This record gives sequence, C-alpha cells and structure tokens, in this order.
Amino acid sequence: YRWPLDEAGDGQRLEHLASKVLQNARCYSVSHLSVQERIEKKRKAALTGGGQLRIAAQHKRGKLTARERLELLLDPDSFVEYDMFVEHRCSDFGMEADHNKYPGDSVVTGQGRINGRLVYVFSQDFTVFGGSLSGAHAQKVCKIMDQAMMVGAPVIGLNDSGGARIQEGVESLAGYADIFLRNVMASGVVPQISLIMGPCAGGAVYSPALTDFTFMVKDTSYLFITGPDVVKSVTNEDVTQEELGGAKTHTTVSGVAHRAFENDIDALLNLRDFFNFLPLSNKDPAPVTECHDPRDRLVPGLDTIVPLESTKAYDMLDIVHGIVDEREFFEIMPNYAKNIVVGFARMNGRTVGIVGNQPKVASGCLDINSSVKGARFVRFCDAFNIPIITFVDVPGFLPGTAQEYGGIIRHGAKLLYAFAEATVPKITVITRKAYGGAYDVMSSKHLRGDVNYAWPSAEVAVMGAKGAVQIIFRGKENQAEAEAEYVEKFANPFPAAVRGFVDDIIQPSTTRKRICRDLEVLASKKQTNPWKKHANIPL
Amino acid sequence: MAAYRNTPGFQRVLHAVKHVCFSKQRCGVIICRYSTVYDPNEKTFDKILIANRGEIACRVIKTCKKMGIKTVAVHSDVDSSAVHVKVADEAVCVGPAPTSKSYLNMDAIMNAIKQTGAQAVHPGYGFLSENKEFAKRLAAEGVTFIGPDTHAIQAMGDKIESKLIAKAAKVNTIPGFDGVVKDAEEAVKIAGEIGYPVMIKASAGGGGKGMRIAWNDEETREGFRFSSQEALSSFGDDRLLIEKFIDNPRHIEIQVLADKHGDALWLNERECSIQRRNQKVVEEAPSTFLDPDTRRAMGEQAVSLANAVKYSSAGTVEFLVDSKKNFYFLEMNTRLQVEHPITECITGLDLVQQMIRIAKGYKLQHKQSDIPINGWAVESRVYAEDPYKSFGLPSIGRLSQYQEPLDLPNVRVDSGIQEGSDISIYYDPMISKLVTYGKTREEALKKMEDALDNYVIRGVTHNIPLLREIIVHPRFVSGDISTKFLPEVYPDGFKGHMLTAGERRELLATAAALYVAAQLRSQKFLGDLRVSVVPAESRQWELCVELDKGVHMLGVSRSGNNYTVEIDGEKVEVSGEWNLASALLPITINGKHRTLQCLLRTAAGEISLQYLGTSFKLRVLSNLAASLSKHMPEKVPEDTSSILRSPMPGSVVAVSVKPGDNVAEGQEICVIEAMKMQNSMTAAKTAKVKSVHCKAGDTVGEGDLLVELE
Repeated sequence: YRWPLDEAGDGQRLEHLASKVLQNARCYSVSHLSVQERIEKKRKAALTGGGQLRIAAQHKRGKLTARERLELLLDPDSFVEYDMFVEHRCSDFGMEADHNKYPGDSVVTGQGRINGRLVYVFSQDFTVFGGSLSGAHAQKVCKIMDQAMMVGAPVIGLNDSGGARIQEGVESLAGYADIFLRNVMASGVVPQISLIMGPCAGGAVYSPALTDFTFMVKDTSYLFITGPDVVKSVTNEDVTQEELGGAKTHTTVSGVAHRAFENDIDALLNLRDFFNFLPLSNKDPAPVTECHDPRDRLVPGLDTIVPLESTKAYDMLDIVHGIVDEREFFEIMPNYAKNIVVGFARMNGRTVGIVGNQPKVASGCLDINSSVKGARFVRFCDAFNIPIITFVDVPGFLPGTAQEYGGIIRHGAKLLYAFAEATVPKITVITRKAYGGAYDVMSSKHLRGDVNYAWPSAEVAVMGAKGAVQIIFRGKENQAEAEAEYVEKFANPFPAAVRGFVDDIIQPSTTRKRICRDLEVLASKKQTNPWKKHANIPL
Repeated sequence: MAAYRNTPGFQRVLHAVKHVCFSKQRCGVIICRYSTVYDPNEKTFDKILIANRGEIACRVIKTCKKMGIKTVAVHSDVDSSAVHVKVADEAVCVGPAPTSKSYLNMDAIMNAIKQTGAQAVHPGYGFLSENKEFAKRLAAEGVTFIGPDTHAIQAMGDKIESKLIAKAAKVNTIPGFDGVVKDAEEAVKIAGEIGYPVMIKASAGGGGKGMRIAWNDEETREGFRFSSQEALSSFGDDRLLIEKFIDNPRHIEIQVLADKHGDALWLNERECSIQRRNQKVVEEAPSTFLDPDTRRAMGEQAVSLANAVKYSSAGTVEFLVDSKKNFYFLEMNTRLQVEHPITECITGLDLVQQMIRIAKGYKLQHKQSDIPINGWAVESRVYAEDPYKSFGLPSIGRLSQYQEPLDLPNVRVDSGIQEGSDISIYYDPMISKLVTYGKTREEALKKMEDALDNYVIRGVTHNIPLLREIIVHPRFVSGDISTKFLPEVYPDGFKGHMLTAGERRELLATAAALYVAAQLRSQKFLGDLRVSVVPAESRQWELCVELDKGVHMLGVSRSGNNYTVEIDGEKVEVSGEWNLASALLPITINGKHRTLQCLLRTAAGEISLQYLGTSFKLRVLSNLAASLSKHMPEKVPEDTSSILRSPMPGSVVAVSVKPGDNVAEGQEICVIEAMKMQNSMTAAKTAKVKSVHCKAGDTVGEGDLLVELE
C-alpha cells in the first residue's frame, strides 16, 4: 500500500505534537523564562529524536520512528510519557559534548491504553545512537517495568536497537542485566510482549527471549547472537542477515519468534488485536468481550469433518475455526512445528487458549518441537488464568534416532508437565486418535482435565490395531481376525467412556455449545498445587 | 486399516451419528407450488434405488418420501457421509471415488439392488441415466428402470440415428449434418462439405461436454483431436459428430412426458441460452422469445418425436432457435434434466413423481389442455468455479460455511451438500440449483437478486458474482439473449461488477461503518475489572479507505447504530444491526435495503465485502496509519511470466515439452483435465523450457507449479 499523501505530513505532525507540549508547558507558573525556554527546547528535541535526517533515513528503510510506532499502537491521546529529560551519562570518547546528548536518550517510555486497557510500553529509538542501550536507556525501561509490576499491567517492548552502547562499556551490560532480571521477575506476573522492529543482536536478544511473546516484522527485523560477519570469521559460514536471523528463520526454523507481520503498521495493528486476548496480570481473569456469536450455535460441518479412514488427514484448524467465536483464531507460531496448533480465541466472548494436534502435518504426532511449542503455550495460559481447550488427534510420539538423540523424552515431558501442573479450566475433546503415552499427555482426565469429551470417531487405545495385534498375537495366524477384534474392542470411545476417562461422547456439531456451557461453570474453578519454591520442569 | 470400520461396534456409533444428523437435516429441496396430489393408495414401488449422487439423488428421494417409497442411496467411499446418503433410508457403497469405479460401476450397482431388494432404479441425470446397457441389465433382473425403454435410449442416444428418426417424424433438423469421423483429415473434408462454421462433438456424449466449434481447417483438426480424446475418456467411445453450426442461436428445449400407453404431453419450454463453453448457467421458463404459435409448433414436434420412438417417461427435446424463430432439432435427452425444477414451478407438476408413475405403468393424469404456464421461474446453477477464469474453472475445497437463502419466499434450492461438505475433483462442481419463482419475470428476477445476495458460501470459490451480473444485465433483462451472450457481453472475460459512482460510495460507507462498529466493540470488556477501561472518547472518525487502488478520505459520525459517512462532499447514511458474527450484513443505505456479506475483516484493516454479488477488497485505516503507510516498503511480488501454474485442481493428461525444448508463445505445454474438461495450457512467452514439474497422470492442485521457462 502506498498512500499518496503529502510528504510534509511527518513534519506537520511533529510540529503539532511539539505545540501541544508547549501548551502544557505554559501552564507552569513561570518565573524564570530561561528555564521555561530550556524545558520547551528539550521537549522539542526529545520529540525529534535523532533529528530529521535520521528520521528520513529510518523511513527510507521502511521503518517508522519510535514515536510514530507508539502513536499507532496506543489509543489516540492516551500515551503518558516518562523520563523525557533523561540523558546518557557517558563522558568518554566525546560523548559528553552537547551535540551528543539527546533528551530521553535512545528510548521512549511510558504508559497508555490499547482499546481502553492499560499497558506499559517502551519503544527504542533507532535515530538516537542506533537505538543502542545506555545505562540511562536501561534505567528508563526498568522504571516502567517496575511500575507495570506494581500496578499489574502488561509490558510491550518495541525493539529497534543496534545493541550495547559500546562507549559506555560495562554500564551498558549492567543495563541489560537489569532488564533481564525484571523480565524474569515479571514473568508470570504480567504479560510481556516483544515486537522486534529492527535489529536486535548480541545480549539484547535475551530480553525478548525472556518475554512471553516475540513478534517480528518481515524483511526489516533481525535477531541473532552474532551477525553474519562474526559467523563468517568463526565458522566460515556464508550467511545473510535474513537467513541467519530474519523473520522467516525465526518463525519457521528456530521457533524463537511467535509470529511475523508484513510491515510496521501491520504488526502494530495486529498487536492491538492480540492485546485484547490477554488479561492485564496474573490477578485478573481472562478478559471477556462483547460477543455476537450465539453460545449455543451448532456447527453441522463438524459432523462430517473426521474422515472415515483413520489414515486420512483433515485440517484441525477447520474444527477450531468452526467452534470459536466468529471464526477468529490468533494462531501462535503458525509456521513452526505445524503438527501442533496453538493460539488464542474466544468462547462466548471469553479468551481461551487452544491446543490441537494437526493431523494434516506428520499425522499430528508429538515430536520435540511440537512438545516444546505446546508446553510453553500451556504454561502461559495457566500463568494468566486462560482456560485451555485441547483437541486431540494424536497417533503418538514420533519414533526415530533423530528424536531420541534430540531428547524427545526430556522435551516430551515438558508438555506432559505443563498440562499436569495447569490449574486453569481444562477442556479436552478427543476427535479421533488418542494413542499411547500421547493420550495421557494431551490434557487427559488423569492430568486433571476438568471436562473430557470424545467424539464418536474417537479411538482411545495404546496403539493402532495393526501394531497392537502384531504384539499381542505375535506369530499367530488369523491376524486379520484378531485385528478386527481389537478394533471392535478398542478403536472406539467406549473403553475410555466406561471407565469415566471421558465424561461424555458428544455429537461433534454440539461441541461449541458444550464447551461454552462448561466454561461458565468452570469460571469459578479453584485448584492449587502444593507449596513449592518453584517447580522443576525438565528443561 | 479402513476395513475395520465395518465392524459392528463402529457401525453402532456411526448409526448414532447419522440419526442425530438426520433429525436436523434439511434435504435442501423446497418444491414450490406443486398442484400434484400424492395419492398414497396409488401403488407404485416399495423401494427405489437412486443410481446417482448429489442434488439429483436428494431431489428424487424427496419425492419418494412424499410417495411413501423407501429409498436406497449408492455412494462412493468419499461420499459415505454425503447428504444423499443421510437422507436415504438405506445406503450401499459401490466403490472408490473415481466415477468409473463407483457411480458408473454397473456390477456394484446391480449388487446393491440385489442386496437391498429395490424394485426400481431412478438414474437421475448423467452417469448411467442414458446407458442402454444398464437399462438392459435391469430389465434382465426384472428391475424397473425409471426412464424410457432401451429402444428409445438407444435411438436418441445416437446423435446420427436420432436425427434420422427426427427427420422421419417431420421434426425440423439442422442442415448438413453427417456421419462418424475416422481422422482429422476426414473431419476437415466433412467440415468443408457442410461449410464453416461447424460443430464437433462426441457422438455418445450428452449436453455440451466435449463440444467444440471450428471456423477453419486448423480449428477442425484441433477440435477433432480434443473431442476424440475427451470422448474416449468420458464415454469410452471415440466416435464424433460434425454438423453445421448455427450462428447466434438460442437454446430452447421442450419438456415432454409420455406414458406407456401412447399418450404424450409437452410441458412447455425452457430457455437455456445463457451458457459458457456450451454448458448452461441460467435457465428460465417460459422463454421471452416464443409466441404461442411457435411454442405449440415446437411442442407438437417434440411430442411427435416422442411418439416416433414410443417414448415413455420424462424427456427433453432440445432445439436451436434462430433469430427468425426457425427452430431445429438438436437432440433428445432421455432423462430428467438438470433444469427440470423451472418446468415444475410453472406447471405445478412433480416430474419425478410422474416418472415413477409412468414407470409403474400408470396412464398420464393430465391432458395437454391441463398444462398451464403459471408465472415465471428462473434457475441459476451455482457452481464451485472461479468465474473470473473463462467464465468458470472448477475450484475445490471444504464448505466452511454454507447457508441457503431458504427463509425467502418463492425460493427453491436443490442441493446435495451441506456445511462441511467437500467439493472434490472427482465429481461435477455444482453446489446447487437456485430457483426463484414469481408471478412475472420481473418478480422472479428480483427474487433471484435477493436469493443470491443471501446465499452464504465460504471455503470454495463460487460463481455467484457471474450469476448476479447476468440476471441484472440490460440485455438479459430485456430478453435479448443467445448462446453467445457471455462472450458477447464480456468479450475480455468476466471482471466482476463494475461499480457506479453511487455504488462505490455505498460500498465505501459500509466498509467504514463496519470498521467503526468493530473498533467500538473491541473496547467493550465485560465483568468486574480490577483496572478500569478508559475507552477513547470519539464520535467522529477520520478514515482512509482504499478500494481498487483508489484512496478515499472519509468522515464518519455515529449515533447508535446509524452512521453518517461523508465521502467527497456527499453524505451516505448507513444503518444496521452490525452483528459482527453473522455472515450476512443486512443494512439500509440511504433508505435502500441491501444485503452485503462480510467475507473478511482483519486487525490490519482489510475488509472484503460481497456487494451486488461481487466481492470487493477494501482497506480501512485511520488517517494516521494511512499517512504513515507511504513509508512501508513495497514488497515485490514473484515474477510469474516464466512460470506456468495449474489454474485449477485436476489431473495432467499430457505434457508436450521436456527441459531444453524451445517453445513459442501460445504453444501447448500440457493438458490438464478437471471435471472431464480438458484444458490446454500454453506458453506465455517464447522461451526455452527450464524444468518440468509434472507428468501425465499426476494430480495437481490449483496454483501448483507445472513448468518453468527460462
């Protein structure tokens, strides 16, 4: 999209902002005009960051400025800025010179509203020293994080930084660590979201990594420990920035980022949308918004979605879209470990976390990546009171040396652990296969599932009929007959239902209705785990 | 693995599923205005097997239920949960997905008849409906074929023989038609004798499938090659027919009904001129073109042809009618036609019931003077097709949302699918037949507009944009149509609805109002909140809306559910309930009622609206976001000039190039077959072939890479 608007737009907007600030400033009872003038000058300087030339350069890269980003992210006129007058304290290498001081330094911080709800934000300003992190920069970020924790509101970081302020040396490193510590302290207390909108390299990457969600902007953002030059000198690999740490790499290969967006505007508008799914803190219930989708809506398409042949695939997303409010599903990591689907949706207006095996990809098996992906998502939901709805069609864990050597035992245990420790409402729907250990893992009744349903097509068994018969009747004739017997006995929902391991066998088209009703009941669920300093998840 | 599904335990579960489904099931057929009485004392059959699928199987079952007849559905394995299987009393699987192994598999169908004890078979249309072999086998087993006897099928099934019989029965026939063709050169010779233009088609084929028109020797050779291949793949019979092509004709057909006692009736005409690639798209009854004399003359000739072959059952005599109302016999279809509902609407007869009665040996209940023309009926064939590609190339997919406009009066929808159904590459891509009825043609067409606007189809590309345009086109509305309507009206292909300035404002205003409604709702949080919500106070919105590369600045103000949108100095009032979950968006724009559909609404401001049948992509942004958009990098789309992708899902019939070959622009590269249509894929430029990614026999999806050029 190219909007044919006048080029003077930016200048005008900045002027407008500046005049607003001036108006506010004039409200002071002013006795020393020189101080008043200095205040105005500083504020104006703060609003232009690194200056018009650098702003133009930022735009030329297809990126918006730190302030433009905040304007888009937050409700109009809701931003309250802190620390506009903070300046860096470095006095080496000529940094002490006036022309090297920028009011506010290389980050804009404060709080504001997204759709009326409180959020703390910081937005790194690439036009000031490439957004590099000085002690002052870190201090500003820490201040809003501390307040967010006290108030109980999420923190959103817009990252666009070249890295440490090298001139400041260890002070910059200390700043990183201060932020890391706060990221860890805030983890599980308030939601933390990172949107990578430019470079983010070296130690800086660990702050996003510690937050709950990391989003990226395609083509203009990078995340890596060391850049292509260092990679070349150390491992002799030729790799571009994009290949090494671009949005595609991190959303499909490494799993570092949870989603990528087309450009700054697309990313920020989507972030606003995403924010609406989250509670403000671990003290708040999952948010409920006005919903136009009837809670008792039947979904006739689900009655035919599971193919009759158990080897045939279908798209779990079709089930998810059919069941949730208005077919709206914010998928997390849609291009990574696609054999499991996770994301946020609403049921009768209330945020829920969805976890589903995806039969379309690798038969929906659990492997290392999908287990880790699922586990992290489940733990987020549990930390922030978001009910979890699990759709199960899993043939088991993926066999093979690659998986065993990679530690599937250790990683698969994470998902098991996450489901088991979760105390939020847990509703499980077995759509087809629930085989072996993977059945146990996928929010089974045994792991304190609150309501577990089976569709008529469900098969809860130790394994598929063929494999089972080969073991039970090894070397015997009439394998086909035995297989039929096994199918008759186990490849259906009855063995689980008669033992109470599923609470009911339900007509697929009624699934939405049932879940909405259950969630209302479970809204007052109270469950606690034994006291512990912290649990020891198999990392 | 699949076999174990037949175990008793599983069957029990399946049965339970089926039972619940059925209680909620609409068959999708609402018959308007039958004057027919279903006399329960008139003994016909106890059980009928329907040797077909989809809407026509459902249609037949519907009447059987009214007549108190038990029904048996047959199905392929992929169709095991299809609607026709659910609505039938019994169902038998007759084989795997390909039609040659299931719905055309006579052995399996004969077994199904034996297994279920069906006394009669209704063949629907297509498949085995005009297969004399099938009729013979049924007769041998003492099972009634609900259709004409073998003799009539054979006589009318052969294009050459049928014309000889027609001639003898004093039916007007097309001049200059001739015999069976052996090779391309003979085709050219015959064409020369007849005089161009000529039409080439498969002798054994019905309808327009496999029909090609040649204007010169070169096109005759090409037409011969394609038609013979298609004839072979579709009918297992590569005989062809070449005849004089009547330029600018109308296609008008007469429905006949004849019993086994020598009585025959004509049930008026159906106008089927709106066609694409010789397949019907919109039909109506009666025709605006026929006067009572022509109608009677055609009707009487049709009846005399039926009598000549001792026809019994329902049948259709197709005519080409030129601009001077000369009519020529084209062919006789010895089956129930797809478009039969419009005849039912204007005559009040249930044709399926009549066929069943006749098959049982009853005499016709009506006399010719009993057959009325009551009102007007229009039928739109709703297809899973992309109308922007040659007026319709097949598309496939799962119907993620599906809602028929059945709450409107005088609307009939014959369909065999439901929400969740898959439109697959194996079968005809028809979704439904949408029929509207009115006292006048105007009323029927208005009703059709409403019905198309209220028809919700998601998950597959469909041809509603084209249908909606046809029925409001001035030429169509005035009745000035011919079989060339589509290519004449859209010489550069169908491009969707062209918005007038006023319509454009309506669309922009609706998108803006929808955007604001959604924005306001996203600030509404319910329940007790620890931290209060402070929504942005605003009654005025300054928005920027992009549509077709045009950018508009809009001012929106709201009071309750009413929005006033100011566009380029003009005010548009939009009001509605703004139910953001509903597929339909019924609103009032400047006092006019309109039903739009919201197809897409994203967080980034993209909104797709179906308006006047066509879907339009818009983008709504705040002025701030819009003004910053100029800084966003332009993403370069993939260069596609040297890449050949499959335009539709289908199978590769032939690949005529290999890597390293030089191809000229327009040269055939490969042939893709989908839904029995062969499509020649040609090179977009003169170049060397870099790589070939398909081979004959491959199944390809839409957008799959076929061949790369250098």
